[in-house]
Amino acid sequence: MNDHELALKSWQYRRDILRAIKHAGAGHTGGSLSCTDILNVLYNRTLNVSPDTFGSPTRDRYVQSKGHSVEALFVVLADQGFFPASDLDTLCGYQSHFVGHPTRKVPGIEQNTGALGHGLPICTGMAIGAKLDEADWHVFTLLGDGELAEGSNWEAAMAAAHYRLDNLTAIIDCNSLQITGRTRDVMSSEPLANKFDAFGWAVREVDGHDLAALEDALARPLAAGKPSAIIARTIKGKGVSFMEDVGRWHHGVPNDEEFAAAIEEIDAAMARLEAAA
Amino acid sequence: MYSEAATALATDLGLSKGRANLEVFAAAVQDLAEADRDVLAVTSDSRGSGKLGPFGQALPRQIVEVGIAEQNLVGVAAGLASTGKIVFAVSPACFLATRALEQVKNDVAYSDNPVTLVGISAGVSYGALGSTHHSLHDFAALRAINNVEVCAPADNFEAEQAVRYAAAADRPVYLRFGKAPLYDLPSDAPVQPARARVLREGGDGAFLASGETVIHALLAAEHLAREHGVQCRVASLPSIKPLDTDEVATAAVTGAVVTVEEHMVTGGLGEACAASLLQAGLAPRLRIAGIPDEYTVTGSQADIFRHYGLSMEGLADTMRSILGH
Repeated sequence: MNDHELALKSWQYRRDILRAIKHAGAGHTGGSLSCTDILNVLYNRTLNVSPDTFGSPTRDRYVQSKGHSVEALFVVLADQGFFPASDLDTLCGYQSHFVGHPTRKVPGIEQNTGALGHGLPICTGMAIGAKLDEADWHVFTLLGDGELAEGSNWEAAMAAAHYRLDNLTAIIDCNSLQITGRTRDVMSSEPLANKFDAFGWAVREVDGHDLAALEDALARPLAAGKPSAIIARTIKGKGVSFMEDVGRWHHGVPNDEEFAAAIEEIDAAMARLEAAA
Repeated sequence: MYSEAATALATDLGLSKGRANLEVFAAAVQDLAEADRDVLAVTSDSRGSGKLGPFGQALPRQIVEVGIAEQNLVGVAAGLASTGKIVFAVSPACFLATRALEQVKNDVAYSDNPVTLVGISAGVSYGALGSTHHSLHDFAALRAINNVEVCAPADNFEAEQAVRYAAAADRPVYLRFGKAPLYDLPSDAPVQPARARVLREGGDGAFLASGETVIHALLAAEHLAREHGVQCRVASLPSIKPLDTDEVATAAVTGAVVTVEEHMVTGGLGEACAASLLQAGLAPRLRIAGIPDEYTVTGSQADIFRHYGLSMEGLADTMRSILGH
């Protein structure tokens, strides 16, 4: 997949996310759109994970700690071939495995998440396990910036540095909004880079919608002997103008007119991308 | 721990004092770890309390220290178990079972990571340290979590068997261990998953007990037989969940049941037995002996057991009261 095709993937994913949420009548729209580019790079460039390798003990591990943005993860896993895209028609339906947070009943999901502040401790354990086995697979987790108010993250951050887990990367989807409003107003996590640095992590801040920057940041540990924190500055609702950086789209579901307008914007963006290629 | 009369009775019965279950746990898990390098102990500044000092000395690679951080302890343990490790997450029961309850629920039970959760210094083992350090809520909290077995061994034999069972189990198990040296119970019956061990037969009443209260129930039954001619059945129920409902029903045939636990009277063994009895259409006279819903008195474990009627004399009195003696 070349860079042009990778860029198109992000738009395709955004369209599929909106379709799934619209069909289900529920979902975390804004956060799914803010982390779409991160998941695109992870699954298409970084992780050695596929339906064929998912049973392998040497696969990389990805745990989505911000589990509410599961629609983005489901769409990417469907695209990777873990299950037919049509399965997402059951999203949030009676007895469906495609519930509003990741569960291992869905192929490709590593761990059940949804309660915040759980992914980093689990991934710290996974990374310690890999070190004990002298294995070279890598552990990735995605957290929200609002999620960082959960104290368990900082317990794990301390332990990951203590154990020099350079096989662990935490990506912070810093979209600066949470359900109540601006993260800086609800419970500021800034200066975030300084905090992770003080905890003993290697830190890089990137534009979370710059695919090349993300790919470079995720390609290898930032420093030997330290866990890596990638602070991805993102826009909640990215890709749909009227959703971008607007709090109500945290779990807003578009009405028919909004849905049509959003798809039209995405289709136009894809057409522009094709024309520029 | 025991009154002079209880000690004399135990001696007369030929019972010998073993070690604390915590020490048995530590030796058993070290034995397992020496045979399999994938066996790990994860601790929260608790290797001393968990008697795991020798384990840490002998097998430093196989002990993972997370510091005083119980939520992280359980999350890390779940992550390790997901990579195929056989993980014992060891922390004082008071912190493990409630401070880290959401991690137990989600990261271990819901995610099906077969961690063995080891609650050390359980019940009122830390009796004099006050209620912050009592774990009188762990049965109630963990009984309500799907996919966790809850186990409170009564003596060294049950403890050893429980550790080996949990290590081999493909699902999460919570084990509860205290600090006091325990009498070895007079039974050769094997410890079987989800089954009670019958220690004494008797048709006038029955004690259904768990953990470190079992010996007191047994002494109470012997005392009742010698002093009052009352014959009571005594069963140890190391498995609080799943419950041996067959034994509960058998006990009910006597017509008088006293359940005994080192736990609040709400949400533990007694209420589990009561629910089982009523749903089976059985209604023996019943008393739930445990810690009542009040600020728990402090003192040694023995003081607290005596205060709440969980020692030989108190349990014998409770049984006599429902028998009308």
